[in-house]
Amino acid sequence: MKLKTLAAMAIASAVAAGPALADLVIPDLSYRTGPYAAGGTPFSDGYQDYFALLNARDGGIGGEAVRIVECETGYNTEKGVECYESTKGEGALIYQPLSTGITYQLIPKATADNIPLHTMGYGRTSAANGEVFNWVFNYPANYWDAASVAVNYLLDENGGDLNGKKIALVYHNSAYGKEPIRTLEALSEMHGFQLSQLAVDHPGQEQKSQWLQIRRERPDYVLMWGWGVMNQVAVQEAANIGFPMENFIGNWWAGAEHDVTPAGAAANGYKSLNMNRVIDYPVLAEIKTQVHDAGNAAGDGSNLGSVLYVRGMYAAMLAAEAIAKAQEIHGTADVTPAMVRDGMAALEITEARMEELGMAGIGPEFSVSCQNHGGSGQGLVQQWNASSGTWEPLTDFIAPDKSVITPLVAEDSAAFASENNIEPGCL
Amino acid sequence: MLYREAGDFKTSYHADSQTFPIKFDRIGFWVVMAIAFAVIPFFINDYWANAIFVPFLIYSIAAIGLNILTGYCGQVSLGTGGFMAVGAYACYKLMTAFPDVSIVIHIILAGGITAAVGAAFGLPSLRIKGFYLAVATLAAQFFLVWLFNKVSWFYNYSASGQINAPERFVAGVAVTGPNTAPWAQYMICLVFLTICALIARNLTRGTIGRSWMAIRDMDIAAEIIGVNPLKAKLTAFAVSSFFVGISGALFFAVYLGAVEVGEAFGIQKSFLVLFMIIIGGLGSIFGCFAGAAFLVLLPVALKVIGVDVLGWPTDLVAHLNLVIVGALIMFFLIKEPHGLAQLWRLAKEKLRLWPFPY
Repeated sequence: MKLKTLAAMAIASAVAAGPALADLVIPDLSYRTGPYAAGGTPFSDGYQDYFALLNARDGGIGGEAVRIVECETGYNTEKGVECYESTKGEGALIYQPLSTGITYQLIPKATADNIPLHTMGYGRTSAANGEVFNWVFNYPANYWDAASVAVNYLLDENGGDLNGKKIALVYHNSAYGKEPIRTLEALSEMHGFQLSQLAVDHPGQEQKSQWLQIRRERPDYVLMWGWGVMNQVAVQEAANIGFPMENFIGNWWAGAEHDVTPAGAAANGYKSLNMNRVIDYPVLAEIKTQVHDAGNAAGDGSNLGSVLYVRGMYAAMLAAEAIAKAQEIHGTADVTPAMVRDGMAALEITEARMEELGMAGIGPEFSVSCQNHGGSGQGLVQQWNASSGTWEPLTDFIAPDKSVITPLVAEDSAAFASENNIEPGCL
Repeated sequence: MLYREAGDFKTSYHADSQTFPIKFDRIGFWVVMAIAFAVIPFFINDYWANAIFVPFLIYSIAAIGLNILTGYCGQVSLGTGGFMAVGAYACYKLMTAFPDVSIVIHIILAGGITAAVGAAFGLPSLRIKGFYLAVATLAAQFFLVWLFNKVSWFYNYSASGQINAPERFVAGVAVTGPNTAPWAQYMICLVFLTICALIARNLTRGTIGRSWMAIRDMDIAAEIIGVNPLKAKLTAFAVSSFFVGISGALFFAVYLGAVEVGEAFGIQKSFLVLFMIIIGGLGSIFGCFAGAAFLVLLPVALKVIGVDVLGWPTDLVAHLNLVIVGALIMFFLIKEPHGLAQLWRLAKEKLRLWPFPY
């Protein structure tokens, strides 16, 4: 009982002591602990460092300083909810939870609280339908796009014909891993390939039986929807059974340095999708000099330039651009979450703008509208070169097959709308 | 001086066997109830509801459920997470199949379904004991999670395998869904907890509770004096699962709103509830509250002190949290195996003598 009052007092004092500065508050629901920390840490470093760069170089966005509020979720939905509730009161402008599970929790909450949610390349795919999900954005691409991009790449490799081929999907047995199944099933019917599904339970350290099955069935290609420690184990297991690495394609959450380095040279040739190109951008040098050398790095500074670091930085850039857009639309530097939503809905990313920001070609050109929150959906295929220790882009951005995805998005979002009594429309 | 039996005369058997025989306890009970029902709802906000009160109330119900089975009947269970999942999925299926029926009825029915499932998984307890039973319930945990992941009927064939609680009302006030006011979330959990705790308290004081405790203390002796082990063990499993099912239903519908079975009801949940009753005190209803409060508040308090007050990195605080919770569990197991409830009992003994101890 005493402890309860003590804790209550501590919390009350912390709430009372909260700063009341007029900043642009950006919460970072990160995870630097637990089985998914290897992916969460570089993303969060990149996300925070880019805002730190904006503060150091430009004095924030539109002259308004950015304040990052970090909250550790451990990829756990309960902690994610707690983080959301504890940060939203500070005037949070945009949430980027980096977890499909937490996204599902936050979609209704953020919608009710009128705070925009940016789930870049994860979360609920049908949120691409902006008329149903007014406050949720998943540009530049989503899981169904990824599935289609992977299949389009394989079509390209096989001269446009996948008939009779066997494709196995190794997926994280959660909302995240199950998302692409619907699209892949539709695509398998369309292109005549045989799809087999192999679920891997959280956290994914145990995959012996799945890979034995792959060894027995000998699929032509293996696609993987993995995250965290599951990726490393899968790459190692694929090497153990001698599965040809160039026929093993991960999605964009299964293609970072830490996923392949544990397997050493055996991982050479492993492919993955990516939604952002990873090269040596000028902006990285600026972060190095103005943020890291000034001692303001978010983490230990070792992740600069890695795949997920660049993706985190890309996410921060998209958020910053949306905030700048909102400032432009509403003519005020001190924007509210509702204004940021307007900025996101009117966001336009052009090649020229990306070059201006020192990250030319980091992502595809796309524009967001009230109806389409999903962006262009393009992704590229990259391949791991174990001897040089780098991911090499194999292709340019590949477009997904929108004729398959659009009806699926419409169907799923209509189901959500009717379940929740939402009248589709623009705000 | 204030806390004493002396002078509190009982003139009927009824008064003599009441739940709180000491007047000070009774006053304390009513003060707590008055604060919980009449004060907190007016001051609660989203953060307090979602970070502290609602999880505390829901975990208290789960802890009461597990305490009946483990603390009172002596049957170790590691299946709490799985049984909570049964409650959650039963509630979801009922909510979506019968949208016009009140959510309160759905939650109670979800408890009933969980009771049936729990009793079925309790059958091995008639043959196996101790560690072996723990392993059997562990199997239940993994089987149930696998089942809810595998069979898409349970999640209405949604693409992601997530279940989402639609908006439901009690007396015109939304209690589930995103537009729920924090006080409504809090009140529905509080009402369920109060009723569950009263039922549990009175069950454990009556014939059935005594038969559970007899089985716990020595099952052969209990059988010799006429306790039917089949009935005692299966009722313990059923009643325990009923409460756990209600907590699972509330956890899904009122607290989280969207649930993924492996993540929300995995083995960690079973351990968490088990730690609650170990730290709180086996065989004590008060212990359930103390344990739940302790394990819900501790991470939040550590986070507030570490991150917000001291400004430490979030990952450091998260790691420290694991270290501290682990150390405290070991400390309690060594220094006070009967948990916080025993500390409370000792405090009351001291209070009886205060201020003139001898």
